[in-house]
Amino acid sequence: MATGQLFSRTTQALFYNYKQLPIQRMLDFDFLCDENSNFVFVGRETPSVAGIINPGAEGFQKLFFGQEEIAIPVHSTIEAACAAHPTADVFINFASFRSAAASSLAALKQPTIRVVAIIAEGVPEADTKQLIAFARSNNKVVIGPATVGGIQAGAFKIGDTAGTIDNIIQCKLYRPGSVGFVSKSGGMSNELYNSIARVTDGIYEGIAIGGDVFPGSTLSDHILRFNNIPQVKMMVVLGELGGRDEYSLVEALKQGKVTKPVVAWVSGTCARLFKSEVQFGHAGAKSGGELESAQAKNQALRDAGAIVPTSYEALEAAIKETFDKLVEGGKITPVKEITPPQIPEDLNSAIKAGKVRAPTHIISTISDDRGMLGTFDALICEEPCYAGVPMSSIVEKGLGVGDVISLLWFKRSLPRYCTQFIEICIMLCADHGPCVSGAHNTIVTARAGKDLVSSLVSGLLTIGPRFGGAIDDAARYFKDAYERGLTPYEFVEGMKKKGIRVPGIGHRIKRGDNRDKRVELLQHFARTHFPSVKYMEYAVQVETYTLSKANNLVLNVDGAIGSLFLDLLAGSGMFTKQEIDEIVGIGYLNGLFVLARSIGLIGHTFDQKRLKQPLYRHPWEDVLYTK
Amino acid sequence: MARKKIREYDSKRLLKEHYKRLSGKELPIKSAQVTESTDFNELVEKEPWLSSSKLVVKPDMLFGKRGKSGLVALNLDLAQVASFVKERLGKEVEMGGCKGPITTFIVEPFIPHNEEFYLNIVSERLGNSISFSECGGIEIEENWDKVKTVFVPTGVSLTSEIVAPLVATLPLEIKGEIEEFLKTIFTLFLDLDFTFLEMNPFTLVNGKPYPLDMRGELDDTAAFKNFKKWGNIEFPLPFGRVMSPTESFIHGLDEKTSASLKFTVLNPKGRIWTMVAGGGASVIYADTVGDLGYASELGNYAEYSGAPNEEEVLQYARVVIDCATANPDGQKRALVIGGGIANFTDVGATFSGIIRALKEKESKLKAARMHIYVRRGGPNYQKGLAKMRALGEEIGIPIEVYGPEATMTGICKQAIQYITAAA
Repeated sequence: MATGQLFSRTTQALFYNYKQLPIQRMLDFDFLCDENSNFVFVGRETPSVAGIINPGAEGFQKLFFGQEEIAIPVHSTIEAACAAHPTADVFINFASFRSAAASSLAALKQPTIRVVAIIAEGVPEADTKQLIAFARSNNKVVIGPATVGGIQAGAFKIGDTAGTIDNIIQCKLYRPGSVGFVSKSGGMSNELYNSIARVTDGIYEGIAIGGDVFPGSTLSDHILRFNNIPQVKMMVVLGELGGRDEYSLVEALKQGKVTKPVVAWVSGTCARLFKSEVQFGHAGAKSGGELESAQAKNQALRDAGAIVPTSYEALEAAIKETFDKLVEGGKITPVKEITPPQIPEDLNSAIKAGKVRAPTHIISTISDDRGMLGTFDALICEEPCYAGVPMSSIVEKGLGVGDVISLLWFKRSLPRYCTQFIEICIMLCADHGPCVSGAHNTIVTARAGKDLVSSLVSGLLTIGPRFGGAIDDAARYFKDAYERGLTPYEFVEGMKKKGIRVPGIGHRIKRGDNRDKRVELLQHFARTHFPSVKYMEYAVQVETYTLSKANNLVLNVDGAIGSLFLDLLAGSGMFTKQEIDEIVGIGYLNGLFVLARSIGLIGHTFDQKRLKQPLYRHPWEDVLYTK
Repeated sequence: MARKKIREYDSKRLLKEHYKRLSGKELPIKSAQVTESTDFNELVEKEPWLSSSKLVVKPDMLFGKRGKSGLVALNLDLAQVASFVKERLGKEVEMGGCKGPITTFIVEPFIPHNEEFYLNIVSERLGNSISFSECGGIEIEENWDKVKTVFVPTGVSLTSEIVAPLVATLPLEIKGEIEEFLKTIFTLFLDLDFTFLEMNPFTLVNGKPYPLDMRGELDDTAAFKNFKKWGNIEFPLPFGRVMSPTESFIHGLDEKTSASLKFTVLNPKGRIWTMVAGGGASVIYADTVGDLGYASELGNYAEYSGAPNEEEVLQYARVVIDCATANPDGQKRALVIGGGIANFTDVGATFSGIIRALKEKESKLKAARMHIYVRRGGPNYQKGLAKMRALGEEIGIPIEVYGPEATMTGICKQAIQYITAAA
């Protein structure tokens, strides 16, 4: 590497603060890079990003390197990343302005790091000065802050420099040219890559030093460096009013330290149009004393021997003229043009451009968390929706959990008496003591020291055909029997013949003369509010028949909920027959039991934890050991 | 976001508060601020010395040479101060070519004194320079050869050896005191992220340093570290820069967003208006109109960058268009919507906001005989430019649209040709 050369085709960087897009753009550029030494195209062998530092995270990030996907290691500290990638000598810092200085200093202190580029705008001046002092005494280079970075054509680029792939191809940045370029502005650097490509053989290297008052490296630092790089035949400088940076370049020119032609322009001639002091877009671009004006700097550069046009408009022509002279003088060998390969287009951008379509893999119809874009006092409000109903209206209307179930399970706003019925079901089924199988399992699991979710799930896993799972079956059989017009006698005896117990009928404790209070509450609510309770009346008729066979064959809570839910679905007038069949078929009603009982199971878990109960071990005495 | 001048009152407030914290010693500074909203009775309650001592009053407006301009009154009582202020408050003065009203005064005890010292600290690229002179005061420029300067490189602490050349010629009985003072002020300068600090002069009261006049500049990008130390700090506009309501509106938008939105009206009757993306490019567009000889027709300087969202661009563009179309006098006008080739800003997205504003203002644009010239490149520029072209046909306003194939500032020339062509 020649003295002054910062980058090469093998340069690798560490990237601080993961940002997908700029890293992918760097890797895409790698794929296009050609050193222009053969007639065949040769891209970079290694990706220009060796590792990523994301404080607090570790692992890998998947990114594309040409056609292939590669995994780039992610490290949680700068030290770890430097140790893992000792050949990576460029540190690209995408930290915020608050933390950019500290992380940059930490990087500069690593012996493996030679160049630090700082993207953030708004790094305090005193902090940057620390970095400048450290870099100077340790022979390192800081680019930025407040910059897009820089690029060595056909070799290496920093972050977002030079923008899109189309632009990189347009500006021929995929292969080296003969022009060294340095500017303050990152935005203008891209513009100039384009101008320079139009009138010369293109950029060899371009650096944007950033718009701050004290950039980490100066215009003259880079010009002196370019002067040492044999491939650079001429230099272009775009300065700006404010500060005295350009004068160090004037000094270098006067001292004869720059031997190659320099075309320069300092923007900001308009400052004299302003009556008072003006702060332009860049922090350093402030109209002040005469010496800092664009006019004075342009004149000083001209006097020192730089080629300075009369306006920005004339800059491109001045560059062309200078380049043409070098070509005439035989100082520049023409570039052999090679067509770079096509970068596979990203799916996202292709979709955006309407070029391709891709199937989705998941469909969702009940809720949308992307928010509705709306304008409210110029703020963009975002709020999630349940079945199209925004969260705020759910809260403002004072809706309950029954209404939320109605939206998320049935995708419609059921009348309040229906949602209240759902809430009653949940309240009634929330718990049934510690001895039922679900609660028992939960208690045993919680006492084994397991977490809440494990304890809850071990209880829920007992719900099925024998425990709590009878609501759906009850609804199915009652519905079928009612619709076929079976008398209770035909229904019950028909089931008996098939060897199936009638679901929803029968209780371990309750008797005909000691009804389940829960069933009575449900029946009372439904008789008061439901337009029709025909399914429940049918279930009661069935109960009357079964009670005549045995005193414990009462309508239990499953049977009551199952039959009443049929009345709710049919009576509300909001479901088609087909929808009702589907709801019963899928098993919606057991969902009610699962949801309700979760409340109790969570309670049992907390109860056991609060009581600090030890591991449960079933006593030997309670087991029949036999052969 | 950069170096910002603060008022003398705030400079002294910071000095007094933090001098004690950093050195353990008290600086007996007293000062009070007087503005249009000041109630003198309330002020006296807070600052009782106002009614018991002789006073000095001067404008606190970020301009210097107040003594030479006869704007400093010495040895007054409070009633005299009040009438001095009343006569001048809100009155326009001209200082160094800038005209503006005086809105803020600083009032302090009158300190009869003999010694006048000069102290100046400036932040430079590789460190800070400290200048000191025994011959300070309003004649400082005439005595410039007596000013001594030392340079303190970044990271180096201010030792007695470094200070030595500054205080070498001082009489022995005050040398130690002034050396300590310089060291503390330097520590304070670094601690509070000052970028510039000047006392001209400071004097000695009972053998202790006492600043009579002070100027300061803070680095406002360091606000996130200092908001507690700085307290309720004000960054006034440069003297003479009075914001119009539209400029203040954009200034307010700019302060609220992470993007950058700048807008300055240069000539409300101007016929070339600009709305340019990017800090670097915006300056060059304004330059180009000037370089082509039409500075007098340039209506404004306007820059947007740092990826403002569509809503922000919309509000911003409305203001620019309103100002550009405010004087429909039958003459032709041009709006230059320019920019370089963006690195990462989505051109399609930012143009959506501008297009919405242009649609809203269709009739105003027509009344002002506005032609529109667009040039931009960067991510998704094809889409952005296509939308602009379609807009021209939709609202019936001529819109010339160019991409990266054209030079950046070519549309300035076109805009000038249009407004200067006959009828």
